Amino acid sequence: MELDFSFYNWDLFKNFLQKGLLFSLQLTLVATVGGIVLGTILALMRLSGQKLLSTPATWYVNLMRSIPLVMVILWFFLLMPSIIGKSIGAELSAYITFIAFEAAFFSEIVRAGIGSIAKGQTAAGQALGLSYSQNMQYIVLPQAFRNMIPVLMTQTIILFQDTSLVYAIGAYDLLKGFEVAGKNFGRPIEAYLLAAVVYFLICFSLSRVVRKIQSKVAIIR
Amino acid sequence: MTFDLSILCKSTLEEEYSPICFGETFQPLLIGINDQTYLDWLLKAWGWTLSVSIIGLILALIIGISIGTLRTLPGKSLIGRSSLYFANCWVELFRNIPVLVQVFLWYHVIPLMLPFLKSVPSYLLVSFALAFFTSARIAEQVKAGIQSLPRGQHAAAMALGLSTYQSYRFVILPMALRIIIPPLTSEAMNIVKNSSVAFAVSVSELTMFAMQTQEETSRGIEMYLAVTVLYVITAFSVNRIMGIIERKTRIPGLLLSSPSGAH
Repeated sequence: MELDFSFYNWDLFKNFLQKGLLFSLQLTLVATVGGIVLGTILALMRLSGQKLLSTPATWYVNLMRSIPLVMVILWFFLLMPSIIGKSIGAELSAYITFIAFEAAFFSEIVRAGIGSIAKGQTAAGQALGLSYSQNMQYIVLPQAFRNMIPVLMTQTIILFQDTSLVYAIGAYDLLKGFEVAGKNFGRPIEAYLLAAVVYFLICFSLSRVVRKIQSKVAIIR
Repeated sequence: MTFDLSILCKSTLEEEYSPICFGETFQPLLIGINDQTYLDWLLKAWGWTLSVSIIGLILALIIGISIGTLRTLPGKSLIGRSSLYFANCWVELFRNIPVLVQVFLWYHVIPLMLPFLKSVPSYLLVSFALAFFTSARIAEQVKAGIQSLPRGQHAAAMALGLSTYQSYRFVILPMALRIIIPPLTSEAMNIVKNSSVAFAVSVSELTMFAMQTQEETSRGIEMYLAVTVLYVITAFSVNRIMGIIERKTRIPGLLLSSPSGAH
């Protein structure tokens, strides 16, 4: 077998890969931010102690965690047109799907993070006369998020890997960019190999960063 | 938008409905119809999902436990250090490439490098991809499990005159593996979920079934719902089975693993 990587140059990156890489990164960013916000709301609902709030949140999280992401992507792509009333592109559908799906996973992380804060902290907040929401906002969540940073970032790396699954609905992400480039030049093998290398480099360097951060922030106990 | 699950009873070939919803599955008994119904197809697809996952899980456990053990081996010899290095590279490599890309590599690239893999059916290649991907994660957990044991256990094994192999085989691994049953449960559930990427190389498992029948019948909601229900059932069963294994293997009086799982 002969490999020929000579066709990979700056033009190819600009024509095929740039758009895909940008979409993958944007999707990761949007899904992380949206997922953390929605996930925090879900976690607070579950911890609220009110059945009306905690039951639907628990169901939602458990359902999302037991279906493959690919199926969730397909579901949203199928249902979105009938919910909104007009067809939306694969890209927009992917954004919505990923926020909804990752929220379930982020909510578990947030819930564990809140659980890791010592009971005395909440009690101290109450003793100061803070309301429930004030207690959460000023005492619990700031400490919890600081503890959670490494786990949240690890989840973001997994999320970045998962973005490749938008392949199922044909959205143009990094992997798709490599595939199209490989097809165009009749060199699919090299394209898949390079895709693996690029994904590896991105994820590996991010995981190094996480390890660095982990040693810096892990103090609150 | 109408919702009608009877589509599952329809023949995949003709405008014909089976009275018992099954077609060729019960054909030898001369009930139902001759053709394959969508329900027949769905159950076959479930079978593929389960086969791919189970083969993948078994391989992943074998590789993962070996690599995880390598990462904790004592010894400052050249062999010890190089096997540690190898194991670390293994974990980093297979953890940091998306599973879909790994499936593509196994399907498109590796058979060209290793020609004997050309005759291997694609579902096995997907199992290999899932196994290698999951082995990296299992290795991490095995390592964590071994390191969570009190150091005295290792020392006690040595004091009894056990060799390194014996101490791992009879003292360390039996305890470490019991400790990591809860995270292994999530990995087993993950491998079932990840098996859905097999659609990308046309293995006719559940996700492929959903995509194909959605196009064929335009009855996406019914088909997706059926597939989703089967995935949920599978995930739940895996959870239960691992729970049973955890209970059966628990050593009375030894409080290594807490009974409360994360699920």
